[in-house]
Amino acid sequence: MTHLTTKLALTALIGAGLVFGSIAEAAPKSGGVLNYVVGSKIPSYDGHVESTFGMIHPIRPFYSTLIRVNPSNPADPSDFVCDVCEGDVPKGEEGGTKFTFKIRKDVKFHDGTPMTAHDVKATMDKVVFPPKGVASNRKAFFRAVESITADNDYQITFKLKFPTGTFIPALALPFNFIYSKKDLDTHGYQWHKKNINGTGPFKFVQHQKGSFVEGVKNPDYHFKGQPYLDGIKAISAPKLAVRVQAIRGDRAAIEFRGFPPKHRDDLVKALGDKITVQESDWNCVLMMTPNHKVKPFDDVRVRRALTLAIDRWGGSKYLSRIAIVKTVGGVVYPNHEFAATPQELSKLAGYSKDIKGSRAEAKKLLKEAGVNLNFELHNRGVDQPYKVVGTWLIDQWKKGLGAKVKQRVQPSPPFYATLRKKKDFDVSIDFNCQSVINPIADITKFLSTAGNNYSQGGDAKADAIYAKLEKSADPKEQRALIRQYEKRVIDDAMVAAITLWWYKINPHRSYVKGWKIAPSHYLNQHLDNVWLDK
Amino acid sequence: MTPPSETAAAEIEVEADFEELAEKKPWYIRTIEMARQQPLAASGFVIIIIMLLMAIFADLLTFFPSEDNDLEYMLAEPGTIHSDLELTFLLGADQFGRDLLTRIVYGARTALFVGFTCAIIGSTLGLILGVASAYFGGWFDLVVQRVVDVVMAFPLIILALAVVATLGPGTQNVIIAITIPFIPQCARVVRSNALAIREIPYVDAARALGFSNARIIMRHMVPNVMAPYLIMLTSFLGQAILLEASLSYLGMGVQEPTPAWGLMLQGGAEEFAESAPWVAIWPGVAISLAVFAFNLFGDGVRDTLDPKLRSR
Amino acid sequence: MSKYILKRLLMLIPTLIGAAIFVFFLLRLVPGDVCELRLAGTGLYADPAEIALCQKNLGLDQPLIVQFFDFLWGYVVFDLGDSMWTGFPVVHEIGLRFELSLQVAIMATAVAVIIAIPLGVISAVKQDTWIDYVVRTFSIAGIAMPSFWLGILIILGLLISTQHFFGEPWMPPIDYVPIWEDPMRNLSQLIWPAVATGYRYSAVATRMTRSALLEVLREDYVRTARAKGLIEKIIINRHALKNSLLPVVTIIAIEFAFLMGGLVVTEQVFNLNGLGKLFVESVGAQDFNMTQQLVMLVVVIFVFTNLFVDVLYAWLDPRIRYS
Repeated sequence: MTHLTTKLALTALIGAGLVFGSIAEAAPKSGGVLNYVVGSKIPSYDGHVESTFGMIHPIRPFYSTLIRVNPSNPADPSDFVCDVCEGDVPKGEEGGTKFTFKIRKDVKFHDGTPMTAHDVKATMDKVVFPPKGVASNRKAFFRAVESITADNDYQITFKLKFPTGTFIPALALPFNFIYSKKDLDTHGYQWHKKNINGTGPFKFVQHQKGSFVEGVKNPDYHFKGQPYLDGIKAISAPKLAVRVQAIRGDRAAIEFRGFPPKHRDDLVKALGDKITVQESDWNCVLMMTPNHKVKPFDDVRVRRALTLAIDRWGGSKYLSRIAIVKTVGGVVYPNHEFAATPQELSKLAGYSKDIKGSRAEAKKLLKEAGVNLNFELHNRGVDQPYKVVGTWLIDQWKKGLGAKVKQRVQPSPPFYATLRKKKDFDVSIDFNCQSVINPIADITKFLSTAGNNYSQGGDAKADAIYAKLEKSADPKEQRALIRQYEKRVIDDAMVAAITLWWYKINPHRSYVKGWKIAPSHYLNQHLDNVWLDK
Repeated sequence: MTPPSETAAAEIEVEADFEELAEKKPWYIRTIEMARQQPLAASGFVIIIIMLLMAIFADLLTFFPSEDNDLEYMLAEPGTIHSDLELTFLLGADQFGRDLLTRIVYGARTALFVGFTCAIIGSTLGLILGVASAYFGGWFDLVVQRVVDVVMAFPLIILALAVVATLGPGTQNVIIAITIPFIPQCARVVRSNALAIREIPYVDAARALGFSNARIIMRHMVPNVMAPYLIMLTSFLGQAILLEASLSYLGMGVQEPTPAWGLMLQGGAEEFAESAPWVAIWPGVAISLAVFAFNLFGDGVRDTLDPKLRSR
Repeated sequence: MSKYILKRLLMLIPTLIGAAIFVFFLLRLVPGDVCELRLAGTGLYADPAEIALCQKNLGLDQPLIVQFFDFLWGYVVFDLGDSMWTGFPVVHEIGLRFELSLQVAIMATAVAVIIAIPLGVISAVKQDTWIDYVVRTFSIAGIAMPSFWLGILIILGLLISTQHFFGEPWMPPIDYVPIWEDPMRNLSQLIWPAVATGYRYSAVATRMTRSALLEVLREDYVRTARAKGLIEKIIINRHALKNSLLPVVTIIAIEFAFLMGGLVVTEQVFNLNGLGKLFVESVGAQDFNMTQQLVMLVVVIFVFTNLFVDVLYAWLDPRIRYS
């Protein structure tokens, strides 16, 4: 039964977000202000530097990007469309090393200046080749880029050093805000941290620090007739309960990150069809990372025992009722063609439906290693889903291995300091959360050279497989190589384990139309196609 | 209605009685008399005793495991029967299928442990510091008082938060974080009382006789500041429990899977307040009742020991 | 008198310097910093070189002692620096929240006084009767209930009851409007936290009123008044209450100072953009500069309130000045 349900759920999920209620495809109405709540705080406004959705949700609607995830089909991980470019997203020329974009002629910055290819070039130069001392947090995604040239006012060309499947997804990153060359030239590279002048569907009105950001419709927006909303107001609400209550009390219409399942149920129960729920798999996954430099986790048998003892299928069934995790998956985002099928999964350590068998094997491994497990699980001081999953894991190890595990929870900054600098943990919860789905780039976390591989270990064989994968141009071969890589990093060498993939649940007021759930809370947040049915 | 003058007179009589009672009547009669005199304090005391018993005999009083998950019974309603164990979830189960009553009983352990440890250590260190400061005076006093000023200038919760942020969450660190702000509070009160005692001739006499400082402090000063010490101690008990709950609520307190009331509220109160209200209500009731009882009791201690002593 | 005030003012200097040292080093004992959180804390890819650059730009790579003197120097030149999280000046960030916190503190204090004075008086006059017990139980219950729990119950109660009675769930606004712009909206947001904290703080003031009044009622001149046959009401109003007010005022002033910075939990529950929430957020983000300036602000408010109370006492009771 469980098996069947999961299978059905997985099938239903493939390709599109699971949508409860209905998103009426009626003609959009204009007008109204969209109030939404944001659970994280805004650092600077500079998209090229920041990484948090606390900046994306309120600030993204003021900007455009060169290309973006298709707002009417955001669930498809490879459907990209033009934003300020014209026509289709170009397929590479010259063996995939040259990409030429035609730029729209009707794009205007909020200060009235028309936008040209020179602005796009200045922006992408800042992102890809920042001068020394200027921050650009994702320039590594553009390692392959050799040059960016504005051929004329309305055409821009990117030349790559080698063909790579990661270029177009990287270009669609929601952080690549297009800035005006004039602003960069006159105000320098720091100006955008505190000032906003974009080409997006909304114009910045005010930011009351810590409370809200307000935007008003941009009448000169390049997609004619859009945006439908007269304005937006992003209200800061760090407590989850407040965000849920805000939707219930109609102080806000939507929250874009995601709510735990019980809150969804409460809202639906209280408001019936006034609430619409959209759900989707999420390109975020919780990992369990043992510290390879700490005994006994230097022993691969012990590490494998840790992952073997976890009943992922059972956990999925129950935790999906109380936490924002659900899908059992391997190293790749579950709905991608590169992801392991349930069949392939079941052959990996800790993914068998026969949990008793797995645990027996785990105990055997521990016995061979001569180890009685007694350790600390290092975790991040955030409830959803970290602490819920942490508490569950501790119980899994107690039941499966007879291990005594204590939880050491730290607030985010010391949590990261422990992972990155002090490295004085036994086993830690870790996570991998990406925006645009880009499997080959997303799975680098297991490489022994990766800056965000906190296990202090790695696997030479896996590194070699990855080197091949990076240069491969054939999807079939890519998929096969990912399978080998996966088998190494989460099973044979057990660099780190995948626990459960996150599951995004967005209950919102039914009068919010046009917004479609994406597999990431970073995506589809420009809000130009959202309208209110009031 | 009794006119206040009579009440006051009655009180004086009672005070006189009290001394006699201490001499003649057996303890249970005295207890009953005291309970009748201070019914609020007595009821507080009874609640404290019940909780203490819960904490000590937690293993005997409960039948469910306190930390093991039982996901089949996730958020089970009160009255649900566990088919394998043949036990009833009297107050329901939490989000990991753990019996709520069991966790509340075990939670008393955490709460009282944190409460008593913090209150006793905090007020005792405060006592030592306060008495020493008053006794030695001079530079020592001045420096100690400035340090006390500094620490007391921070709101309690802010100080506790900062300390936990520094040390990291966990039971031990929570105790340290709560204890630190208590020390200067108690030191200040004890010092002002001890100053008065220092002026009493017999302290000078003891010094003239060549007794050591330690002996004078222990024999003459400390016993005379026991009243403010005990008053501070009892008032810290409730505060400590509440602070522990608040820190846990902010995610910086005791950690799962240890059963603790504040933690139970943090994990469950908001998320399940509607769909499974028992998860949110009972731990809250337990905290409130505990703090309530300690405050009632503390008020009684205050009234008995020193009706004139002010709360700050 | 002015000599006494001057002396007390001078004594504040070591306290403030001590507080500055304390908070500065306490914050930096916590491993991790704002840059790691900003760039690595999202689970997205983070470039170690970028993190180093961010630390350099914020001066976090400087030796601690240099950072410390930078911090102190800021007070000399009246430049409190920028928030490490947003990059905006600390003064600007705090200014926004100060207004809200001040209003909530005033409203909560008003609620506390409205509850505490009558209850304290009744409780003292009817000492050891069931009325006294009910009042004391009511007020102690205020301290006993965790404020976050009370807050959750209030908001949930509002949502459920309004939906039940009016068909649409209603909750207080979640964003702040100054009272002079829209008083109704402002009050409908702030009244709830004010009541929740006011009730809580009334407990202490009620107890104070009660015991202070009890003490005064026993003093000689009250007895004399009674002997003269003045009726009870007059005695309490004219003689006793006035004289017992001083300690009550003291306690209210000190509670007020705490309210300005200590509403850490309540502000979370009611989504108030005040100093307490800013504190939690800046501690959470390791925004050192913001946190230390905020703490120093709260400390300053607190020590000056204490000073004010002490001076008031000294003014009323000359013995204190010379001791």
